[in-house]
Amino acid sequence: MSQDYRLDKGGRLNRSKTLRFWYDNKGYEGYQGDTLASALLANGVHLVGRSFKYHRPRGIYSAGSEEPNALVQLESGAHTEPNRRATEVELYEGLSASSQNCWPSVGFDIGAINSKISRLLPAGFYYKTFMWPGALWTTYEKFIRKAAGLGKSPTEIDPDSYDKIHAHCDVLIIGAGPAGLQAALHAGRSGARVMLIDEKPMFGGSLLTDSALIDGAPADQWVTKIINELKQMGEVTRLTRTTVTGYYDYNFVVANERVNEHLSPNRKAGGPKERLWKIRARQVVLATGAIERPLVFADSDRPGIMLAHALRTYIIHYGVLPGNRIALVTNNDSAYHSALDAHAAGAMVEVIDVRRNPSGSLIDRAREKGIHIHENSTISAVDYRRGKLRGIEVMQLSDDGKAVRGVPSDSRCDLVAVSGGWTPTVHLFSQAKGKLKFLDDQHCFVPGERAVNNQGFEAGACKATWSLSDCLKEGAIAGASAASAAGFESTATEDAPETEESVYGPARALWILPTDHPVGRGPKKHFHELHNDSTVADIALAAREGFISIEHLKRYTTTGMGTDQGKTSNLNALTVMSEIRDVPIPEVGTTTFRPPFTPLSFGSIVGHDRRELFVQQRKTAMQPWHNRNNAVYEDVGDWKRPFYFPHHGESMHDAVQRECLSARTSAGIVDASTLGKIDIQGPDARRLLNMVYTNAWSKLAPGRCRYGLMLNEHGMVFDDGVTTCLAENHFHMTTTTGGAARVMGWLEEWLQTEWPEWQVYCTSVTEQWAVASITGPNAGKLLSKLCGQPLDEESFPFMSMQSFSVAGIPARVFRISFTGDLTFEINVPARYGLALWEALMEAGQEYDICPYGTEAMHILRAEKGFIIVGQDTDGTVTPMDLGMDWIVSKTKGDFLGRRSFTRSDTARSGRKQLVGLLTEDPSFVLPEGVHVVEKLKDKPPMSMLGHVTSSYMSPNVGRSIAMALIKDGFNRKGSTLEVSLMDGSSHKVTVTDPVFLKSGNE
Amino acid sequence: MLLIECPWCGVRDQTEFHCHGEAHIARPLNPDSLSDEEWGSYVFFRNNPKGLHYERWEHSHGCRRWFNAARDTVTDHIYATYKPGAVKPEIES
Repeated sequence: MSQDYRLDKGGRLNRSKTLRFWYDNKGYEGYQGDTLASALLANGVHLVGRSFKYHRPRGIYSAGSEEPNALVQLESGAHTEPNRRATEVELYEGLSASSQNCWPSVGFDIGAINSKISRLLPAGFYYKTFMWPGALWTTYEKFIRKAAGLGKSPTEIDPDSYDKIHAHCDVLIIGAGPAGLQAALHAGRSGARVMLIDEKPMFGGSLLTDSALIDGAPADQWVTKIINELKQMGEVTRLTRTTVTGYYDYNFVVANERVNEHLSPNRKAGGPKERLWKIRARQVVLATGAIERPLVFADSDRPGIMLAHALRTYIIHYGVLPGNRIALVTNNDSAYHSALDAHAAGAMVEVIDVRRNPSGSLIDRAREKGIHIHENSTISAVDYRRGKLRGIEVMQLSDDGKAVRGVPSDSRCDLVAVSGGWTPTVHLFSQAKGKLKFLDDQHCFVPGERAVNNQGFEAGACKATWSLSDCLKEGAIAGASAASAAGFESTATEDAPETEESVYGPARALWILPTDHPVGRGPKKHFHELHNDSTVADIALAAREGFISIEHLKRYTTTGMGTDQGKTSNLNALTVMSEIRDVPIPEVGTTTFRPPFTPLSFGSIVGHDRRELFVQQRKTAMQPWHNRNNAVYEDVGDWKRPFYFPHHGESMHDAVQRECLSARTSAGIVDASTLGKIDIQGPDARRLLNMVYTNAWSKLAPGRCRYGLMLNEHGMVFDDGVTTCLAENHFHMTTTTGGAARVMGWLEEWLQTEWPEWQVYCTSVTEQWAVASITGPNAGKLLSKLCGQPLDEESFPFMSMQSFSVAGIPARVFRISFTGDLTFEINVPARYGLALWEALMEAGQEYDICPYGTEAMHILRAEKGFIIVGQDTDGTVTPMDLGMDWIVSKTKGDFLGRRSFTRSDTARSGRKQLVGLLTEDPSFVLPEGVHVVEKLKDKPPMSMLGHVTSSYMSPNVGRSIAMALIKDGFNRKGSTLEVSLMDGSSHKVTVTDPVFLKSGNE
Repeated sequence: MLLIECPWCGVRDQTEFHCHGEAHIARPLNPDSLSDEEWGSYVFFRNNPKGLHYERWEHSHGCRRWFNAARDTVTDHIYATYKPGAVKPEIES
């Protein structure tokens, strides 16, 4: 086939550049400038896919982003993209696409059986059928997903790159049709920073398909002139192939630019495939135009039926005449443009006009050309057989337009074009919380009042301004007014070029056209919603079942829920419901327009934020050593922490057990650099510590350390750590690794909002210090070796800090312990961290020093019953619940959370309390998180006593150990409880004190 | 996405900020003198008005300073932002 439907001349094509492409594995040719849709139509291909629910054959319905039918799978392998609109896919050499939602082929599709059994698939079918029993949903789901759904998502990693950019402007103009171009020109002339954005590959909007003259010349020339003037303005940014997908608060606008997306995946051009623009504008001018509204008649979803303006676009813009015998069906005058253009292009044309006595200049011109007009008529049947549209039946309408009369007359045709007037594109206005108003005489919603934070103007067809000269005038005023509102000198004038006007006669308010059966009965279907296969009968069913709210109607029938968001169907659905309920359309309401206007690719949303750039990784100074020594990492917040260090062939369990034993019997070393560290200075530093910790800080001497619990005002523990007095007004606070930022924020919150007069300054120093913590009976000897001085109880007591050199590196050494054994936490400036670690490893060889990871660290602390905030606590736990009354000062006065201790719920007995659990079988390790009950019953309900918070195999205790939060746990010590396990079995446990290892004294 | 004027840095995107709920709730000077109900009201209860709301915000990804904002919860219009300790501005909404 070689472009049998291509016109000899016309269209904005590069006819010297023939492009070869494949659709469903069949080769075709088109020209540079085509879309996939126009090229398919040039080759006589109308049938491009199967519908969503009934698998009905469907064709190309539009020529733009409103396309509900022609969704294709573009390319294959890693480059494949589902649900691409053939009307927007620009043709390139070697393009390959395939139809969706059909098997084994688009011509013969097994799923089409759904069409025969459509009575069994009413609206709400899924809701009704698959509600119960819930357990079977997983079974249903597999079949539903296979039978429904659209294209297939790619399974390989996307090889393309995507970009993001932020931009600011004074005036953003969305839509570069006549109104948008005028707005850009007049805003640009004021010197304002202007951005002009349009979704098409070239500017011009409706002028690209208009044969009108502007200033006596073809519209193209005027468009070129304006673009040339805009190019001269340094502050004007022009973006084509860019869709504004979302309009958010404070004039924040998101737009997706298809930079190289229109080129072959094998393109050599540099740059990203797509670029996501995040634009903040002072003023936004909406010149978004309008979308043609369909007429719905019996089987009006057949391939070969398209919107009248799409027909015109294919003729004028793409040089394609998609049919030779064309029937137009319309309720208004605008379709006559298409009729005249099709006639001029050589087609045999007839018009079926639902109006009685249509009149006006356009109709006169059609009659002069010999175009036959069936007045007061409708299409009562469509003859679609063997993949081709073959003809239609035309009948007279009754007076009220709700029935047909007389006898049908057959008419042969291979294309039907429909027009039900125009729907202003108000999606963005509505997204931006603007209020819509309904124009009774125009039968459409238009922008009403703007949201207070989204200031700007509207111009042209998006506010139901239909005449070209009015659009040009409104554009000029909107552009100038926006510039002026943004603070630029600009006077709004109705400066607009001369145009010739076609005066339109009135339309007839009739969109759902009758057939010989009542709508919804008989074999023919009235699809108002092509994308999701929803019929007028479905709306009636929804109404009968009480789903009359437009939001319910939408979800029940899925009207407007497709990837096209119902751009062609919403208003017809509203009209049907308004007639059923016999209320005006504004009372039926309209659903909320939500972003995106057209679907965004995941690639565009993600941009560069993938792989190693997805999340920032924090690494300690010692990580090079960890890498060299086989560390397995664990994510703790954004930190990468060594989890354990397996020897060759060693399992995690074996490695962790070995690390725990070594640390207790000789020496262990752990990288503690990730602990949060806050430097606190100022005369009121102690005052702050007294308020944020539960214990007293007034007398802590310089060089001494103290452990503290931090509570929120609910009295619940939210962080812990050791804070050290460096000097009278200078403290070094440590926090949990995950809580560092939260604690810093907590201190600042109180200092800034409640105690601004206090003189305290907090600085995060987490990243400034690298910390190696050595523990075990030989830790002191090891450190002695490296600092050249003896370290005994007297010269360096527990819970104190000293500054001296370690291996020649200036260090702050803290004698504090998270293992319960002798431990030194050696802090050095981060840049010396690796050198310190290497020196400790070398000097530690004689003690078989063992590097250990976070898992061993957790076991070592659990052996001693030390808590981990966030693991053994969960925001509902007081210090008393942890058995840590000793840390709560009774005498120092007020501190954060204290008053909540005496609240009835906090003070009551029987709260969940932290206890130890020992399993009946010492080799069995309880899963963390399992529930504990008094006595397991055969089946629920049974009262849960609590859950296991920590559980390990402890080599030093020689058995499994666990900690748990148990109701009234302190009083249950010694008693036996049961835990239920995932496999349905149970295990007996004995409640104990959580300190499992009595040796070690720190 | 809102545009918020930090009293120290100027106008910035919402993504730089955190909202911390109702403003102008002073911590009781002497919590022990409060009944459980009064203390509970301070700890747990907050207004959730439809319309004008005085809120605390933190310029968390900026200067890390806290401030207050008078925002309409329906329109998201921010009438004013002001430093902590400043007098709550009267807004006619």
